Amino acid sequence: MNRIGVFICHCGLNIAGTVDVKKVAKLVSDYSEVVYATDYMYMCSDPGQDMIKEMVKEKKLDGVVVAACSPTMHETTFRNTIASVGLNPYRGEIANIREQCSWVHQNTKEIATEKAVKIIEAIIEKLKLDKPLVPLSVPVTKRALVIGGGIAGIQASLDIADSGYEVILVEKNQSIGGHMLQLSETFPTLDCPQCIATPKMVQVGQHPKIKLLAFSEVEEVSGYVGNFKVKIRRKASFVDWDKCTGCGFCMEKCPAKVPSEFNEFLSKRKAIYTLFPQAVPNKPVIDSNNCLYFTKGKCRVCEKNCSLKAINFEQKDSFVEENVGAIIVATGYDLMNKAEVGEYGYGKYKDVIDGLQLERLLAPAGPTEGIPYRPSDGKIPKEVVFIQCVGSRDPEHYYPYCSKICCMYTVKQAMIYKHAVPDGQAYVFYMDIRCNGKGYEEFLQRGIEEDRILYLRGRVSKIFKDGDKIRVWGADTLTGRKIEISADLVVLAMAMVPSKGAKKLAEKLRLTTDDYGFLTEAHPKLRPVESLTAGYFLAGAAQAPKDIPETVAQASGAASKVDSLFSKDELYHEPIIANVDEEVCVGCGICEVLCPYEAIEIDEQDKVAKINPALCEGCGTCCAACPSGALELEGFRRKQILSMIKVFAEV
Amino acid sequence: MESKKITDKKKLKLAIGLGSTCSGCDIAILDLGVKLLELIGLADIVFWPTVFDFKYSDLKELGDKEIDITLHHGTIRTTEHEEIARILRKKSKVLIAFGSCSCFGGIPGLCNLTDKKQIFDAVYGENLSVANKENIFPEEKLLINKNKSITLPHLFDTGKTLKQLVEVDYFIPGCPPPMQLIEGLIPLMKDVLGGAQLPEKGTVFGSKKTLCDECTLKKENKMISKIVNPVTAIVDPERCLLEQGILCMGPVTRGGCEARCINVLMPCRGCMGPGPETEDQGVKMISAIASILGVKDEENLTDQQIEDLLSGIKDIVGTFYRFTLPDALLNRKVKERR
Repeated sequence: MNRIGVFICHCGLNIAGTVDVKKVAKLVSDYSEVVYATDYMYMCSDPGQDMIKEMVKEKKLDGVVVAACSPTMHETTFRNTIASVGLNPYRGEIANIREQCSWVHQNTKEIATEKAVKIIEAIIEKLKLDKPLVPLSVPVTKRALVIGGGIAGIQASLDIADSGYEVILVEKNQSIGGHMLQLSETFPTLDCPQCIATPKMVQVGQHPKIKLLAFSEVEEVSGYVGNFKVKIRRKASFVDWDKCTGCGFCMEKCPAKVPSEFNEFLSKRKAIYTLFPQAVPNKPVIDSNNCLYFTKGKCRVCEKNCSLKAINFEQKDSFVEENVGAIIVATGYDLMNKAEVGEYGYGKYKDVIDGLQLERLLAPAGPTEGIPYRPSDGKIPKEVVFIQCVGSRDPEHYYPYCSKICCMYTVKQAMIYKHAVPDGQAYVFYMDIRCNGKGYEEFLQRGIEEDRILYLRGRVSKIFKDGDKIRVWGADTLTGRKIEISADLVVLAMAMVPSKGAKKLAEKLRLTTDDYGFLTEAHPKLRPVESLTAGYFLAGAAQAPKDIPETVAQASGAASKVDSLFSKDELYHEPIIANVDEEVCVGCGICEVLCPYEAIEIDEQDKVAKINPALCEGCGTCCAACPSGALELEGFRRKQILSMIKVFAEV
Repeated sequence: MESKKITDKKKLKLAIGLGSTCSGCDIAILDLGVKLLELIGLADIVFWPTVFDFKYSDLKELGDKEIDITLHHGTIRTTEHEEIARILRKKSKVLIAFGSCSCFGGIPGLCNLTDKKQIFDAVYGENLSVANKENIFPEEKLLINKNKSITLPHLFDTGKTLKQLVEVDYFIPGCPPPMQLIEGLIPLMKDVLGGAQLPEKGTVFGSKKTLCDECTLKKENKMISKIVNPVTAIVDPERCLLEQGILCMGPVTRGGCEARCINVLMPCRGCMGPGPETEDQGVKMISAIASILGVKDEENLTDQQIEDLLSGIKDIVGTFYRFTLPDALLNRKVKERR
C-alpha cells in the first residue's frame, strides 16, 4: 500500500479559472491509496513547497503527485522539494492539468474538471508502480574537442583553454580562420577582420592548453558525455610540418597554378600553398590533384628548393585518438551551391558574382587589393546591382528561412564599393530590410544617406547580357515602376547553408539536424547552445545563419557550458533509462538499429541486448519497438502505461 | 507454495472438449502415437466426442470436479460451445486451453472482423454459387409439429477465447500445439497422480522467450527497405527472414515449437501467441515493423513512398492477428448500427 499525497495547484487563475480545484481535491482524496489531497494558489512558491514538505512528514507520505503545469516546467522543482525531506525524488510525479487540461478546455469547465480528475488518477496509478531510483554517476574527462576553426571555434577554444582546460581544435583546412578571414570589412563598425581576428588566431596557435589539429577531420566518435573517444584523421599534407618553418620559398617556386578557393576562384594559387599569409599554422600543403609530380610524375621543384627537407611525397593520412569529455560543433556555413540558381545568370556571365566573391574583390589583401575590378575584363564597375534573398525566403524553390546576414553585408559592401569608386552607383533589390542588431539600422541609414545607395523594393525578373553590360530588369513595387538598369556588376546575396560535410559529420556524431542540415539545439529559447545529445554543444552558423557578434556570443556560451560541465568530477545521469530483461530478450537486434544514441549492442555470446546506461537518454524508442517486451523504460514501464490507459478508458 | 495432492485416484480422468475447431488439435493428440498408450495408461478418457462415441449426457452425468484434466480446443462461437465450456469448467479440476483457438481465438476468431448477419448474408445469400431466391435463412428453432420443435445453437457475433468465459488453469498454444508440448502432458499427469508441485496457475506451456531464440537463421541488420512475398521471393536460406523483408512473426511469438515453419523457410505466422511479456501480439509486431521499415532514409521519404512501403502488407489484421484477434486489446470491428 502506498501513502500518496496529491497537491493541486491553482496556478493563479490559469488552472483554477477553468478547473474546479476544490472539487478535484475532494474527489481524488477518495481515490485508492491517497491519504491526503489539497489545493493551493501557487504550489511552486516557497509556502507551497513548504506545505508539501510538511505534509510528507506529517502524513508519512511515500509518494507525491503535484497537479500543476507541464513536467518540463517544474518536475525538477518538486522532485527536489520531496528529496529535501528524505523522499526518493522519483516518487514524485506531475499531473499536467494546465497545458493538457485547463488551457485547452477554457469554455467547458465541467468537462475540464472531470478530465483533471482523470489525469490525476492516471498519474496516481503510475506513481503506485514507480520505483525509487538513484541517478547514475560517471567520471568526466576534462578535455574538450572543438570541431571547426572559424571564429566560433576559435572563440570557444580560447574561452575553454583560458579556464584551464585542455582543448583539441580540429580544422579541415590547413589554417584556422574560416570565412571571417575572407571578408573585406565587418558591419556595422567596418573593422577589418585581419585586424580583429588574426590576433585571436595567433593566440590559439600559441596557447599551451590548445592542441591545434589543422588539415584534419573527425573520423569517428564513440562514448558518451564526459567520456568520448574521438578518432581524428590527419590528412596527408605532403609537408613535414614539424620541419617546415613556413618560409614560403616552395610556394614561390611551384610552377602549377590553380584557382584559389580562398579567393573564391578570382585568382590563382600554387599547388603547394597556404590559404593566406597570416595563416595559423603557417604551413603549406600540397594539393595532390593539381601538383605536377602527383599528376604527371615529374617536377619536385618544391622538394629541391626546401633546404629543411620538409617535403615528403610519401606521406599518408594518419590517425590520432583523443579522449574528451565534451564536444563543441562549430562547422560553420557555406553559401548555397550557385549552380542551383539558374535564373540570375550565375556561371553564364562572369560579372554575376556572389557576396563572398565581392568580399574578396573589396578586401585590401584580396586579389585586386581592394579595388573591385570586375572579373570579365578588369574594368572598374560604375553601376553595381545587388540582389537580396537569392535562395533565401523562397520556400517554393530553395530555402524558406532568412539567411540573416545578407541585408547587412550588402549595405556594407555597397558602402565599401562607394568608398573605392566614389562616382559609382549601387542599387539594391530587396524584399524587406532586416537590421535588427546593435547599430545596424543606423548603419543602413548611413549607407542610404551618405553613400546614396539606391534601395529598390522588388524582385529582379530578368538578367541578360547587353554588350559589355548586364541588363537587369526588375520592379520597384513601392512606386509601381518597371526598372531597367545597365549594370557593370551584379552581386547575388546567396542563401547560407550548412558547410559541406556538416550533415555527414552530424550523422557520425549522432546529432539531429533540421530539414536544411542546420544542427538542432536542445531548446530554441532556453537551451540554444546545447544539442539534444548530452555532451555536445553548438556554436556559430552550424546551428543557424548568424552574424559574427552572435556567433562569438554563442561560442562563449557553449564554452561556458563546457566549463560548468568540467567543474564537476562526476556527472549524474538520469536513471530514466531503458532496461533489458535478459530472461526475455532473444537478441533479435531491432532495438540496436533504432537506438539514436548507439547505446544498445547485441551481445553475440549471450544473444541479448546490452544497454550502456551512460549513453541511454531514455527516449523509449527501443521499448516501443521491442517485439518480445524485454525492454522497459524505467519510470514508464508497460504496466504503468497500461494502468494509466485503464484509468482513461473507464468512462 | 506447498504441494497439494488434488486426487487420490490411481488413474486419472481425462476429458477433451471442443468449441469451433478444425479438429487438428485432436489429430495432434492422436499423433502422439506410441506415447498415446502411455497417456491412456495414466488416464481414462471420459469425454472426447471427436474420437469416441460420447454424448453430452455422458458429460453431464459426471460429478463436479470429477474430471482431473480437461483439454479444451476451439473458439467459443455458439451457445453450444459456451455451455460445454462452462460444464467442463465445473466438472474439471484442471482446465487447459489447448491450441491457439482456445487460447487466443485462433483462425475462427477472425470472425470478429464481421458479424453473424454479414456471415449469413454471404453464405446463404450473396455467394455466387448460392441460389436462394426465397431468402430462406437457417433459423434457430424449427417447429416439426405442434408439440415438437428442434433447436440449433445460436451463433454469436463475436468469437471468444476460453479464458474470456471461464477460469483457465494452463495454456498449451500452437496450431496445433507442437508435439513436444503435447508430450509435456504426460509428466503433468504423473505430477497430478503423484501429488507433486503443479505449475503456477495461468502458466503457458512453451518457451519463456520469443521464437527468435530458437531460430537458427543468421541475424545481421534489422533495417528493412521493403516487404516481400515469401512465396515469390528468392529467399536466402541462411539469413533471418524478417531481415529479407518477409513478414515473420517470430520476434513477437512465444517460442516452444523449435521454429518448425522457419526450418522449411516459411515465415512464422504467430500461432504460439504473444511472447511472455507481451499483452498484444499484433500491436507489438505492428510497432516493431513500423520502427524498422524504411528507417534508413525515413526523413527523406515522401508520403507516397511510405504508402508504397506499407502496401507490401496485404492484410493487416489477417497478418498480425491471424491467431489472436479475440485476445487483442482491440478485439473486434465496430459493429454496424442496424
